[in-house]
Amino acid sequence: MSWEVVIGLEIHAQLTTKTKIFSGSSIAYGAAPNTQACNIDLGMPGMLPVLNEGVINKSISLGLALNAEIGRKSVFDRKNYMYPDLPKGYQTTQLEFPIVGQGTLEIEVDGKKKTIGVTRAHLEEDAGKSNHGIVPGMTGIDLNRAGTPLLEIVSDPDMSSAQEAVAYAKKMHELVQYLGICDGNMQEGSFRVDSNVSVRKPGDPLGTRTELKNINSFKFIEKAIEFEIERQIELIESGGEVVQETRLYDSENDTTRSMRSKEEANDYRYFPCPDLLPVIITEEDIEAVKKIMPELPDAKRARFVSEFGLSDYDAEVLTSSREIAEFFESVVAATDAKDAKLCANWMTSGFAAALNKDGLAVNDAPVTADMLAGMLKRIMDDTISGKIAKQVFEAMWNGEGTADEIIEAKGLKQITDTGAIEALVDEVLANNPSQVEAYKGGQEKMMGYFVGQVMKASGGQANPGQVNKMLKEKLS
Amino acid sequence: MHNLTIKQMSEKLHAGEITSVQLTQHYLNRISQFDADLNAYVTVTPELAIEMAKAADEKLAAGEGELLTGIPVAHKDIFCTDGVKTSCSSKMLDNFIAPYDAHVVTQLKKVGMPILGKTNMDEFAMGSSSESSYYGPTKNPWDLNAVPGGSSGGAAAVIAAGLAPMATGTDTGGSIRQPASFCGITGIKPTYGSVSRFGIVAYASSFDQAGPMTRSAEDSAWMLNAMAGFDERDSTSADRPTPDYAAELENSLKGLKIGVPAEYFGEGLDTEVEKLVRNAIAEVEKLGAETVEVHLPNKDLAVPSYYVLAPAEASSNLSRFDGVRFGYRCENPKDLQDLYRRSRSEGFGPEVKRRIMVGAYALSAGFYDAYYLKAQKLRRMVRDDFTKAFESCDVIMGPVAPSPAFNIGEKSDDQVSMYLSDLYTIPVNLAGLPGLSVPAGFANNRPVGLHIVGPYFSEAKLLNIGHQFQQVTDWHKQMPEQYQ
Repeated sequence: MSWEVVIGLEIHAQLTTKTKIFSGSSIAYGAAPNTQACNIDLGMPGMLPVLNEGVINKSISLGLALNAEIGRKSVFDRKNYMYPDLPKGYQTTQLEFPIVGQGTLEIEVDGKKKTIGVTRAHLEEDAGKSNHGIVPGMTGIDLNRAGTPLLEIVSDPDMSSAQEAVAYAKKMHELVQYLGICDGNMQEGSFRVDSNVSVRKPGDPLGTRTELKNINSFKFIEKAIEFEIERQIELIESGGEVVQETRLYDSENDTTRSMRSKEEANDYRYFPCPDLLPVIITEEDIEAVKKIMPELPDAKRARFVSEFGLSDYDAEVLTSSREIAEFFESVVAATDAKDAKLCANWMTSGFAAALNKDGLAVNDAPVTADMLAGMLKRIMDDTISGKIAKQVFEAMWNGEGTADEIIEAKGLKQITDTGAIEALVDEVLANNPSQVEAYKGGQEKMMGYFVGQVMKASGGQANPGQVNKMLKEKLS
Repeated sequence: MHNLTIKQMSEKLHAGEITSVQLTQHYLNRISQFDADLNAYVTVTPELAIEMAKAADEKLAAGEGELLTGIPVAHKDIFCTDGVKTSCSSKMLDNFIAPYDAHVVTQLKKVGMPILGKTNMDEFAMGSSSESSYYGPTKNPWDLNAVPGGSSGGAAAVIAAGLAPMATGTDTGGSIRQPASFCGITGIKPTYGSVSRFGIVAYASSFDQAGPMTRSAEDSAWMLNAMAGFDERDSTSADRPTPDYAAELENSLKGLKIGVPAEYFGEGLDTEVEKLVRNAIAEVEKLGAETVEVHLPNKDLAVPSYYVLAPAEASSNLSRFDGVRFGYRCENPKDLQDLYRRSRSEGFGPEVKRRIMVGAYALSAGFYDAYYLKAQKLRRMVRDDFTKAFESCDVIMGPVAPSPAFNIGEKSDDQVSMYLSDLYTIPVNLAGLPGLSVPAGFANNRPVGLHIVGPYFSEAKLLNIGHQFQQVTDWHKQMPEQYQ
């Protein structure tokens, strides 16, 4: 009998505020240790937290995007445990009354759609970092991260494969970035995925789960879960038992290993934080967020298909991030939406390839949306051919100017003058009498040869449509 | 000079008859003379005091003085003071010099009140006698064998002995009012949220409230004006305009309805104390007030509720004292657990440890509902009692404590008896209401206070009653002979 896999994810999304959740310290990444930790972050005696109200609307927007209940009374609790990078001896988080309640997220794997339940999302503060080994024999504490606002998004245990888990994580990753509430940077820890994995025989109660933590790429999340599923199945089938524990993924050996056992479960002695008042969220607050919500990825994809006639695939690629989608829409708008498909083709091929080659984000590209549109307009008005456009694009990418400047400087303007084309056609036909003979004898594929010769003679600048037409006339 | 009211001092300062430096030096001299016996100060800051007094004199000379400018103050050692040790009378913070001021300290500095020093208290404000201080007990100026009450015992003692004209205190379960009663001074715990808690070392956050400790109700009104007000750094600070607490001082008490709760005069109340309190109420009636009987049926639930909730909050609030970033750190820790265990075992005194353990227990899995949640329910019941009582009266009067000051050592081995000495004050903290203690006479030569409790934000009314009472009595003017 086969095994059934049960996966639930806990995602920590760092919210894009300027300052910490309960203090005015900056949360900018990469500062020297302890330079972004004020008296509140240090847990100094008598210091009190004040909620950064920016986190509320960001959380509400995620709740709305997940069709979730918004907690009308949101309460902060203290989770008590002692650790050197937790200055107050407790983490301020939400237990009973989270800001976002039950919601859903739809994923797609191999063309099959599935709705994943989102149990809740709650606000909490991040801890600092313990750095072992910088000072030999000592542990260095960096409290820059302490108090960074996190939204912990907890899924239902609804995923039944590594592919589904990654699809969910990616979808959530895309969503928080679309909403502008998280920068999604997995390397810097702005988007952290913890996976709870267990296996069972169909119909059995849930098996013992293990937790995979701190994996900073989707590829490795998938591999780690796959490995963990196999490890658990093999373990059980060989008569062993899964132990509830946290396991670390080792990407070099593609294995997971035990980090700490949860057998001695901590008692966190949660209770409502008496320093913070409950946050009351009104219908008006929610309506105000609704008004400023950006268009969400699914809606945008559907619109790209219906409004611009794009294929599902192109719509998918062009909505893979808010930046790409916005770039695309700028290009379409700047070309007066004359040929959105042409815009899409260029974005998904030439432009995407160039970005890829140089490892650039869309907004860092040397070719801006206006520049790309400028070139596409010249294709649309037959100034240049698609083939010449590739040359123009490369020159733009290398910083040689706008499309018009490059076409002018390099003399790449397409030849549309009938007389000029006729002269070239005549010349080619005159120089290839045997091929003309062959064509007339029924070898119609020779047409391609003539077109190629004419184009070559024109330096690629003759309008291919006109060349074709002219050749057919002359050879008929 | 130390027998003047604050208003009189202020007038003399403004008129140039005395300078703040003279006034401050006068108190510093008295501290040198008397504090060795009383042990009311943990830290005296003569240089800071004189420096601030000079600045105050300049302010006064420039005509920029306010009512309290130039009048020195003593801060309870729970208020963080920039550059001065803030110990909470604990070994844990014996080496702690805060790099910031508590909001209250900032407010009084702005006005130009020179800081004489920091007053002794029960360790981390946990106690009713000031005996749990790491620096030894403070003595009651009226009888050196008696405790001054607690936790703001040092503050009460310095006012009673004339070692400061004004002092700050904090009241979590009675820590301003009970020592005020024991030392024969005036003290008010304002409505929770009136005075910012920013920079006050937290004991039990949902109860802690700072207030003034002075000779008279009038003095307290002036001082509360300087201390209170919304502070955005404290999320529980009441976002409302700061009233003028002195505005109603001279109002007539005609028609005032005094609620007298039968439950506050029952078993356990010292008969002498009862007599004095009833006499005091009769005195207020003579001023045109009338009494009505009210009931606070859940009074006896208050102490048990408090001794679950306050330790629960304390167990969490005191987790930050871990030997890592500030405060006491044990020598040569073997590892992290050893660092925690020994720093905290060696740094905290027995009462603090007891409350941390009680609190951690009450919050632990499996006991949370039975203790913490149950105690929260009791808290609401106690609060509802007051709401109901105030439907038929303007204020409630009764004793502050069941007895006058007890002897040093008398209750230090009997925690329950010690805890029960706060049975009349704790309900007021559970409800978050304002409460005033004014001197009402002596039982066996030890002072006894009258407790006046009002609805939320009725401080001006309470101070009005206290002031009118003090117009027809002179208990608040009396001082122990040796300090006169």
